[in-house]
Amino acid sequence: MIKHCLTILTVLCSLTLFAQDYFPKNDGVIAKNTNYTAFTKAKIYVTPTQVIENGTLLIKDGKVVAAGTSVSIPKNTTVIDVSGKSIYPSFIDIFSDFGVEKPKRQGGGRSGQYEPTRSGYYWNDHVMPEKNAIEKFSYDTKKADELIKAGFGVVNTHIQDGIVRGAGALVALNNDGGNDTRILTAKSGQYLSFSKSNTSNQSYPTSVMGSMALLRQIYYDADWYAKGNVKTKDLSLEALNNNKNLVQIFEAGSRLNDLRADKVGDLFNVQYVILGGGDEYERINDIKAMNASMIIPINFPDAYDVENAFLAESLSLDDLRGWNQKPTNPKVLADNNITFALTTHDLKSPKDFKSNLMRAIKFGLSKEKALEALTINPAKILGKSDMIGSLTNGSQANFLIVSGDIFDEKTIVYENWVQGSKNVLEDMNKKDIRGTYDFSIGGETYEMTVKGELSKLKSEVTSNEKTRGSKLSYTDDWINLSFTTQDSTKQEFIRVVASVDNSKNLNGKAILPDGMETSFFANYKSSEPTDKKSEEGKDSETKPEKVSAVTYPNKAFGFKELPKPETLLFKNATVWTNEKDGILENTDILIKNGKIAQIGKNLSDGSAKTIDATGKHITAGVIDEHSHIAASSINEAGQNSSAEVSIEDVIDESDIDIYRNLAGGVTSIQILHGSANPIGGRSAIIKLKWGESGSNMIYKNTPKFIKFALGENVKQSNWGDTETNRFPQTRMGVEQVYVDYFTRAKEYDALKKSGKPYRKDIEMETLAEILNKERFISCHSYVQSEINMLMKVAEQFNFNINTFTHILEGYKVADKMAEHGVGGSTFSDWWAYKYEVNDAIPYNAAIMHNAGVTVAINSDDAEMSRRLNQEAAKTIKYGGVSEEDAMKFVTLNPAKLLHIDDRVGSIKVGKDADIVLWTDHPLSIYAKAEKTIIEGATYFDLKRDEQMQNAIKIEKSDLINDMLKAKNEGLKTQPIKKKEKELMHCDTEDNQHERHEH
Amino acid sequence: MTLKTTNTKDMNTKITFTLIVLLCVTLGFAQQTPAPKQSKTVAIVGATAHLGNGEIIQNSTILFADGKITTLVNADEIKIKIGSDVDIIYADGKHVYPGFIIPNSTLGLVEIDAVRATDDDAEIGGMIPHVRSLIAYNAESKVVESMRPNGVLMGQITPRGGRISGTSSVVQFDAWNWEDAAVKVDDGIHMNWPSSFTRGRWWLGEDPGLKLNDKYSEQVAQVTSFFNESKAYESGDKKQTHLPYQATKGLFDGSKKLFIHVDDEKGITDAVQFAKDNNVKSMVIVGGSEAYKVAGLLKQNNVAVLLQRVHSRPSSEDDDYDQPYKAAKMLVDDGVLVALENSGDMERMNARNLPFYAGTTVAHGLKKEEALKLITSNTAKILGIDKDYGTLEVGKSATLFISEGDALDMRTNQLTHAFIDGRSISLETHQTELWHRYDEKYKSQKQP
Repeated sequence: MIKHCLTILTVLCSLTLFAQDYFPKNDGVIAKNTNYTAFTKAKIYVTPTQVIENGTLLIKDGKVVAAGTSVSIPKNTTVIDVSGKSIYPSFIDIFSDFGVEKPKRQGGGRSGQYEPTRSGYYWNDHVMPEKNAIEKFSYDTKKADELIKAGFGVVNTHIQDGIVRGAGALVALNNDGGNDTRILTAKSGQYLSFSKSNTSNQSYPTSVMGSMALLRQIYYDADWYAKGNVKTKDLSLEALNNNKNLVQIFEAGSRLNDLRADKVGDLFNVQYVILGGGDEYERINDIKAMNASMIIPINFPDAYDVENAFLAESLSLDDLRGWNQKPTNPKVLADNNITFALTTHDLKSPKDFKSNLMRAIKFGLSKEKALEALTINPAKILGKSDMIGSLTNGSQANFLIVSGDIFDEKTIVYENWVQGSKNVLEDMNKKDIRGTYDFSIGGETYEMTVKGELSKLKSEVTSNEKTRGSKLSYTDDWINLSFTTQDSTKQEFIRVVASVDNSKNLNGKAILPDGMETSFFANYKSSEPTDKKSEEGKDSETKPEKVSAVTYPNKAFGFKELPKPETLLFKNATVWTNEKDGILENTDILIKNGKIAQIGKNLSDGSAKTIDATGKHITAGVIDEHSHIAASSINEAGQNSSAEVSIEDVIDESDIDIYRNLAGGVTSIQILHGSANPIGGRSAIIKLKWGESGSNMIYKNTPKFIKFALGENVKQSNWGDTETNRFPQTRMGVEQVYVDYFTRAKEYDALKKSGKPYRKDIEMETLAEILNKERFISCHSYVQSEINMLMKVAEQFNFNINTFTHILEGYKVADKMAEHGVGGSTFSDWWAYKYEVNDAIPYNAAIMHNAGVTVAINSDDAEMSRRLNQEAAKTIKYGGVSEEDAMKFVTLNPAKLLHIDDRVGSIKVGKDADIVLWTDHPLSIYAKAEKTIIEGATYFDLKRDEQMQNAIKIEKSDLINDMLKAKNEGLKTQPIKKKEKELMHCDTEDNQHERHEH
Repeated sequence: MTLKTTNTKDMNTKITFTLIVLLCVTLGFAQQTPAPKQSKTVAIVGATAHLGNGEIIQNSTILFADGKITTLVNADEIKIKIGSDVDIIYADGKHVYPGFIIPNSTLGLVEIDAVRATDDDAEIGGMIPHVRSLIAYNAESKVVESMRPNGVLMGQITPRGGRISGTSSVVQFDAWNWEDAAVKVDDGIHMNWPSSFTRGRWWLGEDPGLKLNDKYSEQVAQVTSFFNESKAYESGDKKQTHLPYQATKGLFDGSKKLFIHVDDEKGITDAVQFAKDNNVKSMVIVGGSEAYKVAGLLKQNNVAVLLQRVHSRPSSEDDDYDQPYKAAKMLVDDGVLVALENSGDMERMNARNLPFYAGTTVAHGLKKEEALKLITSNTAKILGIDKDYGTLEVGKSATLFISEGDALDMRTNQLTHAFIDGRSISLETHQTELWHRYDEKYKSQKQP
């Protein structure tokens, strides 16, 4: 028998298996199946649920002919007896880049590139539905070997580059055949993602929300094109339309992006198959509601190396938790009946696949579901169940021959057959000599344990309870063993050479250090080494793994259970009503069903939880008109107008700054798009319901807002001297951008209203909403000239600007603002950070207020937002605003500016119970928020916070201990990384950490 | 043109006001004219005096002449007869404080953050202790004058950048030029301690997250070597002058302090050991967001802390929301000498919020008078100017101000008078001028 232990061997003769099957085959290996091949006496997993004991698998021409207990075997059949072994369908990797190299990143120019580099295609270079992976495909035998070794038989590959990536191909890992046989489907599906292509530096989109908007626009355009409305050629749109009926696979890569992709698809009735990120368990109900099939990577994190206590402290709780939570992801998906396939995607090497899979199983994934996720599920997702994923008649003969349960740690995978072509991973006929032996030489008795992988055996020789240094090799049924003599000072060896008989006993001779030979016989005692260590090991396998509880959100200060609305009675408070009643002393407030039910003296309610508020103050919840927290992207800077994007698409409900804002009494915020362009994106107006998912935070019937911006940021003054090719570069140009866009929007709206066919344009739709007074503008602004200009442009198009935000020179045109009816949402005292704020003064709020402008104080900053009450108080110092009015600057007035003052902003019966209990006068530096309540539910509580602070310290310490244990047990670790939440401002772009301006 | 602002009430007539505004604007003066030397004795009568050392006198009488406090008594106990040649300020119900001091500041080194031409706070080169901030300090900065209406009257002007950034000096905020402004020349050398973590270079496709700085030991060794070389140079014949080595001399003879800018627990611990090993006479931790974790070590080694901006976000996600607010209390409770600094984003214009940083530490546990020390006497001690500044005491400089109410609370911080070395300084600024100018505009619009 020819032995090849360590590498995968394909039987050479089968090179000609399909195309030239009349070639003689003379090298005598088993798989000479020009005829039939039958595997008999096997346990056959036809499918994960259809298992045949003692069955026969009959294959021919690379396909399964039959699998069953009573398969009739034709005469021209090579029969292979695999008794005691199991046969499984080979695995399928549905998300692969096998054989198609990702293009290298282009060297960037020094300034932004706004135009496409192609013609005849879509206007955005990152949209490439016309690409076909198969045209770039080149079979990679080395990578194929790795995959075959990991148990895979088929991969579904595509070019992992760009937003629309074109078609991928389904390929069998057949090292022998040509592409003629390997390619199962040249167009197996169409692929999409949120990430730009490496092949182009075209700037747009710079954000996830931009990618989402772009995808939506493409679908509209493809439809418009399909209907023959476009006179010119667009090969991209043509290809997109041609690929319409393929499976659409979306690389999302994280729980938040899963939902975002699904949201885009839903609008166009496209159900994507979604590549997840492994964190789906964090909000599994949201994932389940997508109704999508999923592809799940299993690159579970190693424990961190926490030996250095200083550094260990910089690990965040969610990173620590991820270590024991992430391996549960497949189980959680399975428990929720979500169809998913597993992939090697994101793993460094397919070699790591098995250990991660075993971890998923250890953490509760059933073996049946694991097998489904590797066989029938990917086949089903691709619509190829008749061809791959099972061993039903007519399927590709892709299967694994293994020693037992394939998901058992000790199971040996002998052979991986792909399209009827054999790959030997481990010699099936090789005797498994692992176990314990007895022998004696020269009167001395020895015990030997053989262990390790069959291809890489290790020996341990002991005599008189002393371990001798030993070395063992095993090939061709012969062993070579050498071990040291009793006298350890001498480097002397006893050498043994012996053959293995059918009972695994060893027969041969021993050569003593003096050259004398003696006969050698070792008696095979048992297969299970019985030492203590492995006993313990067995114990730990059966013990359920410790998993940290998931919180909402799943990080420090997350809730195990979401706060619920309560009936609350605050007694004897100083109440800042923001209504005609003004500030009421010694007053009670009753909160019921999420609303303010009663305000007065001596209130009572039997069902209410009573809170003594003597000496304390209650105000309406603080509202921040200008925030950039709780979002994954802030700027879509790729174009001078981005009206098509929406922050609502990219809310990040797990941002710790939500909680910190609550601790500062903030209950509602407007998350504004940044100020990178004159026409920015649409806002999200949310309540800070920490623990809820992003979509539940958005106001119901939310008012529609959009961010505009003026001045240095939009003309790219501070982007570096090379950024001079995007219009506008001056304030003169800014006006023309607006006039141009609104003129076009007016024409668009007129065409749309006329009932004639029109090309749906998301950007124009948004701008038309402004013209139709359905959407409001909050405009970032600094100097008086531009403020004046925008009001005049609006007036020209017969609408009003709703809010000027920042508005630092508002005081210079306060009279004009009052006349126009625009509000001013400003900083209390910021200035001197750039040229256009040279004349910014802290008296701005007071002057505008006195001139009759509705004034708010905003933050634009995650730090300042948690003390907006203090910022409001500065208007008392600077300009002598009354205390009551100052408090309104951060409560009622921003509510008015956001058109939510019918619901929040004051303490009035019937309004939402969004209130703050302060320890002191709310405009004093000494006040702390003691309770922050939204719709009757307590989202921040000073006492509970203290408990959480302690609980976090304990949980972190526990996890660090567990990681130390893991390291001591020899598990792999990874170096510590420090988590850092980026502070988002007006000018923050995705993946950009250097530009922080306001 | 001299602005008499000792008694702002005198200026309330519209005409004077407009005139002054016009003059300022047309002549393009950047800053209020510095006040002349104190010629007459001033008495402040009836105010609550916050001495800055933890003590308070409810009904005080304060006199100062020739720039020095000559009398400071409790009027309930001692009645002082005030001569007719004395300017009396009746300050019943008002509060007097020593001028607040902003340490580790770049005031006057940068005017407008985004305009590079106005930016003079960081020189190139890694170890440049010889580079001095004082000569670049713009005494006429519009940002500097905006400190005064909030009670911030002095600062330590500090260079940034590199490993050893240069040498700072302490100045007062009402001066014609940097020489006049100087209070303590070349008070300290500033060093940025190597970080335990470094950031991936995202523009090269690296993970932008923070990872262990594998060059940490190497970088520490570089500073150690620099210090060794400096000491060796000092013992030699100095035939050829070596400016950087020469500049460090003061650290070993105690004439300069070593300010080590470092935040993390490990870095602080290493920095303290470093200073000890190198016989640095006096060292101060600057930033120190994790200093509370090693308070014992700091106290034991007499190391003071210039604590990072109180109004900061916690440095890591899991930190208590109020960690930056309560850090001062934790350190004070453990006996560490603490003062507040505010370096970081928009630090210059934000320096005027120094009193409110102190106020916030009160909301989070400190006593008010204890918090006041963090921006007065403690700062003066750390900067080595406590002989003359930082408290209201007889014999010390009359650098003080009067506020309508509690100056640590923005609700009541309302200055009526301020004095630097007894000179009655203007509380007007570029900003108040614009305020009056437009306030007047709208008022006149309303009048028919």
